[in-house]
Parts: sequence; structure tokens; C-alpha cells
Amino acid sequence: MELTVNGRAYTVDVEDDMPLLWVLRDELGITGVKYGCGIAQCGACTVHVDGIAVRSCQLAAGDVDGDITTIEGLGTPEALHAVQAAWIEHQVAQCGYCQSGQIMQAASFLDLNSAPTDDQIDQAMSGNLCRCGTYPRIRAAVKTAATKLQGA
Amino acid sequence: MGRGKTIARRSFLIGSAVIAGGVAFGTYLVKRDPDNPLTARAAPGDAVFNPWVKINAEGITLITPHTDLGQGAASMQAMLIAEELDVDLDQITTIPGTPAGAYYNTALAAEAVPFRSNDQSFAAEAMRSTMGAVMKVLGAQVTGGSTSVPDSFDKLRTAGAVARETLKAAASAQTGIDAVLLKTERGAVILPDGVRMEYTDLAAGAAELEPVTDVTLRDPSQWRLIGKRVERMDIVAKSTGTQTFGIDLKVDGMVQASVRMNPRKGARLLGFDAARAEEMRGVLQIIGLPYGVAVIADNTWRAFRALDAIDYDWDVAAYPAEQSGHWAEVEASFTPERLDKEWRHDGDVDSALSESAEVVEAEYRAPYVAHQPLEPLGAIAKVTADRVDIWVAHQLPGFAEQRIAKRLGMETEQIHLHNQYAGGSFGHRLEFDNIDVAVDIAREVPGTPVKLTFSREEDFAQDYNRQIGMARGRGAHAGGKVTALDLDIATVSASRSQSGRLGAPVPGPDTQIAAGAWNMRYAVPDLRVRAYAVPELAPTSSWRSVGASTAGFFAESFLDELIHAAGADPMAERLRLVNDDDARRVLEAVAEMSNWGAPLEPGQGRGVALVTSFGVPVAEVVEVTATDRGIKIDRVWVAAEVGRVVDPVTFQNNVAGGVVWGLGHAMNSEITYKDGRAEQGNYHLSEGMRLHQCPEIEVRALENNPNIRGIGEPPVPPAAPALANAIFVATGIRLREMPFFKTVDFV
Repeated sequence: MELTVNGRAYTVDVEDDMPLLWVLRDELGITGVKYGCGIAQCGACTVHVDGIAVRSCQLAAGDVDGDITTIEGLGTPEALHAVQAAWIEHQVAQCGYCQSGQIMQAASFLDLNSAPTDDQIDQAMSGNLCRCGTYPRIRAAVKTAATKLQGA
Repeated sequence: MGRGKTIARRSFLIGSAVIAGGVAFGTYLVKRDPDNPLTARAAPGDAVFNPWVKINAEGITLITPHTDLGQGAASMQAMLIAEELDVDLDQITTIPGTPAGAYYNTALAAEAVPFRSNDQSFAAEAMRSTMGAVMKVLGAQVTGGSTSVPDSFDKLRTAGAVARETLKAAASAQTGIDAVLLKTERGAVILPDGVRMEYTDLAAGAAELEPVTDVTLRDPSQWRLIGKRVERMDIVAKSTGTQTFGIDLKVDGMVQASVRMNPRKGARLLGFDAARAEEMRGVLQIIGLPYGVAVIADNTWRAFRALDAIDYDWDVAAYPAEQSGHWAEVEASFTPERLDKEWRHDGDVDSALSESAEVVEAEYRAPYVAHQPLEPLGAIAKVTADRVDIWVAHQLPGFAEQRIAKRLGMETEQIHLHNQYAGGSFGHRLEFDNIDVAVDIAREVPGTPVKLTFSREEDFAQDYNRQIGMARGRGAHAGGKVTALDLDIATVSASRSQSGRLGAPVPGPDTQIAAGAWNMRYAVPDLRVRAYAVPELAPTSSWRSVGASTAGFFAESFLDELIHAAGADPMAERLRLVNDDDARRVLEAVAEMSNWGAPLEPGQGRGVALVTSFGVPVAEVVEVTATDRGIKIDRVWVAAEVGRVVDPVTFQNNVAGGVVWGLGHAMNSEITYKDGRAEQGNYHLSEGMRLHQCPEIEVRALENNPNIRGIGEPPVPPAAPALANAIFVATGIRLREMPFFKTVDFV
């Protein structure tokens, strides 16, 4: 089957029901996307399909119907996305394992809602678990990113 | 090499002969401490100054042997070396190094002794302590017990200073300029005329010199990095998906694997039928093991799926099959036979209570709780006839090497553990299941690297949870003051469970059962704390803050009940009772930060708790509002006395994260057993805290004590009792059992 990931076309030979997460990680070697729970409870596997955040552990490869973006395609250390820049400015990460998913969730959310309220931020980000408890800084970074994106 | 002046090496320059142009020196060598592990692996041109500093023409490498579990250990260790070495964090690379005796944790044994950290009078007890013996057995390299900072603070600054002064000596030898006229800055020696001699160019010359060990550490007023806000070295990688965790590593020729172990923890596999799994796509090999079945496949998901297709015949559990059986054993443990130790008895509690007109009594419960860091357990192992390589994040890397050697009948020197960044731990990576299983699989396919990944469900099922326990309190008050407090605590011994699995069961009392309670820094006239050891049930292990996570909840909840019964103010009465300056100051700090005593809105309540663990007194005030949708946690104020903050950003993050950890699990998480299996198998049944429940958290560090302390664990224990105490004020409901969701709803 054909997949477009971070602007590059791939052909993979996998079962239709293999979760996109494992296609990305084990077939394509793209490891910024993380395995956390496998049942859409933690959000560590969040990627974009045509810009919309989805849990790649619950999206069967055969059901992918758009271009996939992972954290590697959102921005790079040399060319940061505004959300990544805000994450660095606030030094959000501790262990960092959940943060790819957090950032992908925040980027998609801010793309749809560039001026979110505090409650909307809480709602949008509560599906992403952080066991280190970086939540206060996630909130702050989302707000900073929103401000930057509005000015962009 | 040999470009510098050659001086005969003294005998303590261990290993320097085996590396071309390299040199090993440092205070540790003078004291004949373990060999510098860097020398054996040094390449031509490497100057390995001591176990923590390696410089060659390509760059400056600092070795940070305390495992980075997300607590910021790598950056903190680098800051300490860089401060004295006069390099900036953008000029260096850090590596975790090779497990070695040189990285022995000097702070942990001191923390484990059973006397109050502010009280030296029971020093003799230390020699008999359980934990002291455990640490002696563990020996080498340990990340745990909130000791990374105290272990590193002097040692790593000295390592940086020795390297710096020797590089100056090398510059002096090359230029003929007296070393006292030389300065150092940003990775270079600066000559009086301003010419820069880069460390990377001086390293080979420095390798020929005798070490300059007569160094004076800088006064704090000169620090550029310590105590300053700096950018964590891993922050860009962790914000761009480019940080490689153990689960992300790729080794040439690697295959994927997963395992299903008996969900009745510790019991054996009686038989299995893998006929269906054998036919599944991508399955390369199915391996029966004494405790379960492993599948090697070409994709992790295919391995998971094949494991689901196997029929297993599991043996019964060695512990009670049902949760009620676990509680029954705890309840039956308040007996003289199971008294582990009477840790403290001030005054005469029995007389005080018998003479009191009214005795306040209460009983508390704390459940098993899982660790469940977000990166699941795993490891990559490659086994050959004469060498094992294992890539894994572990808190006891040296001990893991010894364990693998014993398992395979090999020498420890043949085992090579490559420590990794961990996606969290909270005590989870002190255990060895993932290492044992990875090695057991890899030995079946010699020469092939095997990446083992636990499914989340397997990780939950095989977790070594926090100790289950109860407490019974009796107390009295008079004239608006708390006068007597008698607290009996019974938990299983996580320390004993853990040390038993390490093959080193130790006699003597467990310092953790009553940790955070018996050492309460209060002068209640009649005060007794006794610890009872519940016999081993389901196996348990160290869970962030260990004994204090349960005993601190018991002690500060019961004290709060007594204070309310006395009609006193929870803050004022604690301040009246407190008998230690550090503890008084953290209480005063949170009282001031929270503006304690200010009028509250209807439905609001505030609670306070003070718990000392790992030598760090931490006070927390929690403010809640009872809403029609449940309890909402509005704000938390927290103050901790740590002596000295090395890295303020990481300090803030560890404290806030510790509060979230303590609150979230007290509210939402437990592990219960049914049919011998943990009933909670994924995050929807044990999630800790999510963002929408997270309060605003205001953190203050106090730096009065001359002893520097770690902060990874101490913020956890006060969170649960401060929350329970706040909910009592807001609702009148006294929460005596975690998790609190069983009694009240949260927003």
C-alpha cells in the first residue's frame, strides 16, 4: 500500500489492520511517534492526517486516507514549528516520551482554534497523558504558541 | 603523542599506560578508588582525565553516570562538571558511560540509615539497618533515593576543576608561561595576551602531565551555571521527536519480540498451545520459557498479536487470589509478632491515652499502585558465546551486568550494558524482568540482536507495585492543643520484597514502612510510631518516594484529624508543634505563599501537610472547591528545603511533577487483584492525573541547610494528605482511604 509521510511517498507491504503506529515505527523506522498504550488512552502516538490529529495506534493502515505528518515532519531542530519553539521556551519536557504526541495534538488544535480559552486548552490536551506531570508548562506553552501563531 | 613534557607517572595514574596520549587522574585515584572505566576504551588521542571527563581533538565529552529518567540527571551532572571546567553546555556531549565501580553512589548509603536526617543521636542504628545492608549489597552505581545531586555535587565539580587545572598546566608547559597567569573560558586556556588555546588542542599534552589535584572549588558567588536558569541539554531533542529512547534504538540485524508472562505475578507457565500463532504472518520464532512465552517477529505489533493468539495454562499465584485476601492479611498484622520496629516513643503514650477523657481513633488504607512510566519496559539484547550487549535504561546498570553474567554463566566483564535515556521510571527501572526476558530470548538466537517490547497490558500485569498498607491512629487533645499521637503502620515491606529478588534478603527492620511518619518534625508530648511488617503478598518495589508515600499520608491525615478535634487551626497548630528550623521555615513559606487564613469562597477548603523524606522537609498547601461536578483542585503551594538548588528549571519541574504524581495517584489510581491478576491493565483504569485536573502549582526552594539534597521524591508524600485535609475543610468528608475517587467525585 502507498503512504505519504512527511511529504515522502512510501510503499509498504503490511496487513490492512496493522495500526499506522507500527507501520511508522517498525516498517519505516520513524520513531518520533511513540507507543504508550495501544488503546488511544495516552496520546503518545498522535500524528496528523491531512493536518488533523489522530491516534495512530487506532488507525488501521488500510484506512489511512490522507497525508501523514509525524513530529519529524512538523519541524526540525533547525526549523522549529511555533509549537515546538514554545515547548523549548517553556522547557516543558521531563522524560519527554509523551511530548511528541502532546506537540502534535497542540499543533492540530491551534490550527483549528487560534485563540483558545483556558477551558478549551484543557479539553483539547486532556487526552494526552504525561506521567511526569508537565501539565502546567504544557498549558503555558500552548498559550505562547497561540500568541505566536496569531502574530504570524 | 608525547608532544608535551614527559613526566614519570606515579603509580596512581591507573591505566594511563594503556592509552596513547591519554591520562587518568583525579582525586578518586589518589584515594585508590576503582579504576577509571574510560581508560580501557580510550582511543588514541583521547585524554580521559578522570571517570567523568574525556577530551580529544574532536571534542569534550562528559560522562553522566546517574541514569536520566526524565528527572534531568544528565543536564544536572553536566552543569556541575562544566561549572569548574569552564565550558558551556553547547560545547559538550554527554554520555551515560559504562557501568563501573568508579560511579559508586556515595550518598545513598547515608540516606538509608534509620535515623532522622536532622538527628545524629541514633547513628549506631545505621550499622544494623536493612537499607544500609541493601546498599552494601548493591554496591556500585545506583540512581535512586533522590541522591543524584548529593552524590554528584562535590565529586563532579572536583572532576571539572582537576581537568581544568591540568589543562592549564599543559598550556604552561607548552608556552613557558606560569600557570597562575593563565585563565580559562569557554573551553580554552586564555594566555595573558588573549590568545586562546583550545582544550581540544591541549588534551594530548595534558595527557603527559601529572594531575593537578590541589584544586579549590569556586565560591558560589562565582558560579556561571549552578543555580542559574539554563536550557536543559535534551530539551530541543525532546521537543522535536529526535531524542532516542531505548525503545527507539536500532541495531543492525535486529528482530522484534514481545512476551506474555504469567499474569499471576511470579508464578509459572504450566503449558501452552501456539498452533495458531505459528501460522501468523511475521512470526519468526515462539519460545516457551519457565514463566511465559516469547514471540520473535519482524514487527512488534505482529509479536503482540501472536501472543494474543496463544492459549496459556498458568499456575496459581503464590499470594491471595482476591483483593480481600490481601486486606485481610494487612488487617491481621497489628500484632506483637509482626512488630517490625518501634521507631519512636516520646513521653508515655499509653498513660496519656488512658488518662484522656476522649480518644480520637481512625484507620487509614493505602492500596497497591503501579509505576507505569509512559515508555513501556523493553531492552535490546545480543548474546554470543563470549559477549553480551544489552541496550536498556536502568537505575542499577552495574548490578544488571552482574545479574546477566550469573544468568548465563559468564563473567561480568563479558557483559556490556549500554544505558539509555528512559521515558520515565518512578522506580520501575530498578527491577529486572525486562532484562531477564530479553536475555532469555536472545540466548535462543545467538548473534541476533533482539528488541523486546512489553505491551502496556503486559507492563501493568508485571509491575512491582507500591506497598499496600494500613494505619491505625489513636490520639488526644486538651485545651485546643494536640497532646498525644499514637500511630501504628502496617505495610508489606517493599524493601524486603525488592532485596529478596536481588538475592540478598536482609535482616533487621525496614526503614521504609514508617518513613515520613516516625521522623515527623513535631514535638507532640506523647508520641509513638510503630511499624508492622505484613508478610509478602503480591511482590512490591520502590515507588517514587517509597515508604513516605503511604506513611506520610497516614501521619499527616491523622495529625490533621487531631488538630480539627482540638479546634485548632491546621497551620497554626503545626507551627506550634514543629521542632526543627528547616521544617518550620517550609511551613512558614507555604503559609505566606498561600496567604493562609485569608477568607475562602463558599465551598472552598484548604489543607496543609508537612512530610520529611530523603532528608527534605516539604510543606504543601492544597486549595480545593467543592462544585456540583465534583471536587476541583484549584491551587497548590509547595516549599522544600534542599540546601542548594543546582538547576532551578529542573527543580521547579520535579517539584511540580511530584505534586501531580502524588495528587493524581491519591485521587485516581490503585491496583487490585482478582483471580490472582491485577485488574487494571491499561491507563483507562489507572491514569494518575490528566491535564484538566491539574491545579496551578507555585513552588519555592529554601536553601538554608548546609547539606545539599535531591528533589525527585520528597514533593510526593505531602500531596495526598494535603488534598485530603483540604477536602475535609471543603466538604466535611474525611478521606481515610486512597484512591479518593472511591469516596468523592473529582471534576
